[in-house]
Amino acid sequence: MNLQEFFAMGGYAGYVWTGYGLTAVVLVWNWWSARRSEAEQLLSAQRRSAD
Amino acid sequence: MWLWIHKLGSPPHAYRLLGKMAPWFGWPALILILLATWWGLVWAPRDYQQGDAFRLLYVHAPSAWMSMFTYVVMAVAAAIGMIWRIKLAHAAAASCAPIGASFTFLALATGSIWGKPMWGTWWVWDARLTSELILLFLYLGYMALRSSFDDPQRADRASAVLAIVGVINVPIIHYSVEWWTTLHQPASVTKLDKPSIALEMLYPLFIMMVGFQLYFGWAISRRLRGEILRRERNAKWLKEGA
Amino acid sequence: MHRAPTTSAAGLVFRRDLMLAWRRWDDVAQPLIFYVVVTTMFPLATTPDLAQLREISGGVVWVAALLASLLALESLFRSDVEDGTMEQWVLSGQPLGWLLLAKVASHWVLTGLPLVVIAPVVGTALGLPFEAWGTLVLSLILGTATLSILGGIGAALTVGVRRGAVLLSLLVLPLAMPLLIFGSRAVGMVMDGDSPAGPLQLLAAIFFLTLSLGPVAMSAAIRISVES
Repeated sequence: MNLQEFFAMGGYAGYVWTGYGLTAVVLVWNWWSARRSEAEQLLSAQRRSAD
Repeated sequence: MWLWIHKLGSPPHAYRLLGKMAPWFGWPALILILLATWWGLVWAPRDYQQGDAFRLLYVHAPSAWMSMFTYVVMAVAAAIGMIWRIKLAHAAAASCAPIGASFTFLALATGSIWGKPMWGTWWVWDARLTSELILLFLYLGYMALRSSFDDPQRADRASAVLAIVGVINVPIIHYSVEWWTTLHQPASVTKLDKPSIALEMLYPLFIMMVGFQLYFGWAISRRLRGEILRRERNAKWLKEGA
Repeated sequence: MHRAPTTSAAGLVFRRDLMLAWRRWDDVAQPLIFYVVVTTMFPLATTPDLAQLREISGGVVWVAALLASLLALESLFRSDVEDGTMEQWVLSGQPLGWLLLAKVASHWVLTGLPLVVIAPVVGTALGLPFEAWGTLVLSLILGTATLSILGGIGAALTVGVRRGAVLLSLLVLPLAMPLLIFGSRAVGMVMDGDSPAGPLQLLAAIFFLTLSLGPVAMSAAIRISVES
């Protein structure tokens, strides 16, 4: 397939790309959310030990 | 070996171990997921019935599988926490919930998106989607119960009971929903099942499944680390530097 | 220390709850009234045509029964936990599961059973044919009894939680969906002329499973709620 055909996904572009896009969002969200809460906890623990 | 298992239950040790384990899950997961995505979108041939839309299988099926797998892991962790009174197990169960719920949401969303070009509607009451929907309710109920308690120990134990009751119910729910759908469509394939499919189209599916599985290992390691920090925030080992 | 046999302790609990309810009739009447009100909403929301209502009558009767039962289940353990009776039970040395089961049983007699009795009347108002009465009653007996136990587990978990009623429904309704599927479909099948034996047997199986495992979960949940 050439690049244009690839993006068009045989006419189903909207569906396929939204689906894969949502998958990326969920995977990234799990990563970001886990990292953020860990960082928050670490920060507040350090702050508390500094008192 | 018992010493090793015993040490595993100690938060500082687990915290460090999880930190070391995470990249061993994370990087292979990333590689496999990217590989499976590429393979599924580019190399796998078009399905003669569903065209390119069938490629959604490669994200829908693994999400659905992981949503159920995570629930079982959550329930088992909860049971371990209850039976052997290991707080870390309860923490693991708590960490599973948002991960599992997000997979369930993804399974529903990709299933719905897949359904539109195939059957013309954004939603179909087929067995798999309906089961996933009920599973989402179970996850949401679990998280709601957890957050309704101030006392963390009560939250742990009450939600553990719920998770165990839930996991026993999951096969019953699955079977009843299956039965319910076959009443009106005798002998039909579950709508979102794999289309009659060549083996070469299944390879990206296997790779994606393994990738998602490893991803779960990574996600739970990271989330559990955060959970440990949260629960141990007043503990000495934390103040002395993790 | 002499310990009373469990059956008499459980029997005592059962009779005590029934006697207490005798003095508080509205606790019994309210779920029933709610039931009738909710079922009335469906024709108002859809159509007065009995032929069309007939199609969904089994489902509506079932859904309304589940909701009415759940409403009543929220307060199942609350007063006993609040006044310390529950703590006594936990410490009493009697198998907690039996005592809790007795409580659930009396609750079912007071709420589930009246619903089952009224259901054919309500169903007929929605076009349910007479031939379906037997299946309706049998499926609802099994269903409401199972729901009482499931609701008992949920109530035990949510005792003392603010807005516990909503949380209870959120927890119990997904678990109750198989009951709904088999129960209302059994009624539907009878109306279509098929035998409802399949789903009724499945309902019975679920009931017995819940009966055997439910009290274990309930006592675990009560202990968690009380020991804190």
